[in-house]
Amino acid sequence: MTTTVETAAPRSARWRRAGPPYSLLLPGGLWLLVFFVVPMVSMLSVSLQEGSLEQGYELTWRFQTYLDVLGKFDRQFIRSIFYGLMVTGALLLICYPLAYTIAFRGGRWKNALLFLLIMPFFVSFIIRTLEWKFILADDGFIFGPLKNLGWLGQDFRVLATPFAVIGGLVYNFLPFMALPLYVALERMDRSLLDAAGDLYSSRTSAFLRVTLPLSLPGVFAGSLLTFIPAVGDFINAEVLGGINTTMIGNVIQNEFLVNNDYPEAAAISFLLLAGILIGVAVYAKLLGTEELTG
Amino acid sequence: MSVRPPLRDVVAPPGATETPVRRPERRGWILPAYTGLVIVYLVLPILVMIVFGFNDITGRFNFTWQVFTLEHYRTLGDFPDLIEAIKNSLLIAAGATIVSTVLGTMMALALTRYRFRGRAGANLFIFLPLGTPEVVLGASLLSLFITLGMDRGLLTILIAHIMFNISFVVVTVKARTQGFNREWEEAAKDLGASPWTAFRTVTLPLIFPGVLAAAVLAFALSVDDFVITLFNAGGELTFPLWVYGASRFGVPPQVNVMGTLIFVIGVALALGSVWLQRRRGEEIVAGYLR
Repeated sequence: MTTTVETAAPRSARWRRAGPPYSLLLPGGLWLLVFFVVPMVSMLSVSLQEGSLEQGYELTWRFQTYLDVLGKFDRQFIRSIFYGLMVTGALLLICYPLAYTIAFRGGRWKNALLFLLIMPFFVSFIIRTLEWKFILADDGFIFGPLKNLGWLGQDFRVLATPFAVIGGLVYNFLPFMALPLYVALERMDRSLLDAAGDLYSSRTSAFLRVTLPLSLPGVFAGSLLTFIPAVGDFINAEVLGGINTTMIGNVIQNEFLVNNDYPEAAAISFLLLAGILIGVAVYAKLLGTEELTG
Repeated sequence: MSVRPPLRDVVAPPGATETPVRRPERRGWILPAYTGLVIVYLVLPILVMIVFGFNDITGRFNFTWQVFTLEHYRTLGDFPDLIEAIKNSLLIAAGATIVSTVLGTMMALALTRYRFRGRAGANLFIFLPLGTPEVVLGASLLSLFITLGMDRGLLTILIAHIMFNISFVVVTVKARTQGFNREWEEAAKDLGASPWTAFRTVTLPLIFPGVLAAAVLAFALSVDDFVITLFNAGGELTFPLWVYGASRFGVPPQVNVMGTLIFVIGVALALGSVWLQRRRGEEIVAGYLR
């Protein structure tokens, strides 16, 4: 008898403690369920349908669509992955020395430098990209005079080449790589470097064996924050690129909003999402970082 | 190159009579110069935007500097679809900010203040929209609206913006409330406060900076969103959609002018809030010293 009373009391207490978190999570969770999960299911269903905009669509479980789009848009898939890797690699090379300098040598300029780093965020994404189109224009204020002076050939151009698209992506996502790297380096315990020095470590080996391993969570977060949006982006390819630089995002946008081929567009979207999830899982395994959800 | 003694000689490396001398920090100029170059690269398009908003164009293209003019600032009101687009953007951003901040803050409180079954799963679930490319988020929502036969317009944009903002709000508020001590709230209750009073007078003031930061972020993300909005806008215009439509052939000066105005307001607000926080900090310190 007494035992039941004893167990009943903590249980009701536990329920009272458990009640609030679930009711706090419910409204937002429902919103994400209805407008994030359900759309994914709906998109999966659309990708397996057949039909046309005029005659309506019918669910026929046609998995062939997936193979069709892989064959039809293989170049755009490969190009997107290639551009994404190039952008992430370039940003690692550009941002590591930058974040290192701000974290270790910033001194009293630290906050000012960080503010300058996020300055582009005060200009909207689409305008930033358009300004690069303006700067890099074939007869713009940079290339125009250089061509008139004869320093560049008349047919020299950057726009509509992979350089322009990758360059635009690098510019737009630079803070997403620099900030996580900065955070990881900033919270590093500096006395570890003194310890390495005390143990006769050279500067290079102290960097390779202390600083670099400790900054890996920043490398991981920065890579994800730049690779995922870069691989799915279509603005940079649309504004700065040409017909030979279309990415998978352009295909999705075109199939959905211009050609209205919903099953194909949905199948491509799913393949993109699946590819990213697999890539992230493999990358997380390789780096051995479990800080995925912060 | 200095010869490095093996690390296995724990106490005294051969020849060493004193403790190792700490080498002074190397003070090269290469890293600072490099940092300066990156900053110039980051700021260049912003400068171009500001300067070419004052450019008096003669031809159809705004490519070279001609004459200084304020004309484009004066005639901004002559573009009714621009005004309409800005109104839509502000309306949607305000609605999306309020709803997503309330819902997201509730979720962040649940995740930081309570241990419960499914907490790790909830964390992962909230992280998922952040790990999904925008184009997939936009396309999947469009799939849903098409399936439901729902017309696209301001309502569907609002729904989409609330969806992608919730996760950002949760992450931001969580980061600022991680060290939050529940016992302070319990103390208020022990002193006879109702749960609501305890929340209003203890919890809310403590988490308020995080909530405010999340709301500002949500507003900025909503005003700036192009991709998800493009998929779910139907025929409606928001500011980024207007910019995109107006810039099919070259960048019209109005885009530079609007970009400059938004930039100046944003930077002023950011610097102002930093200044206010610093002053409030000084007041608190002064209060303690008194």
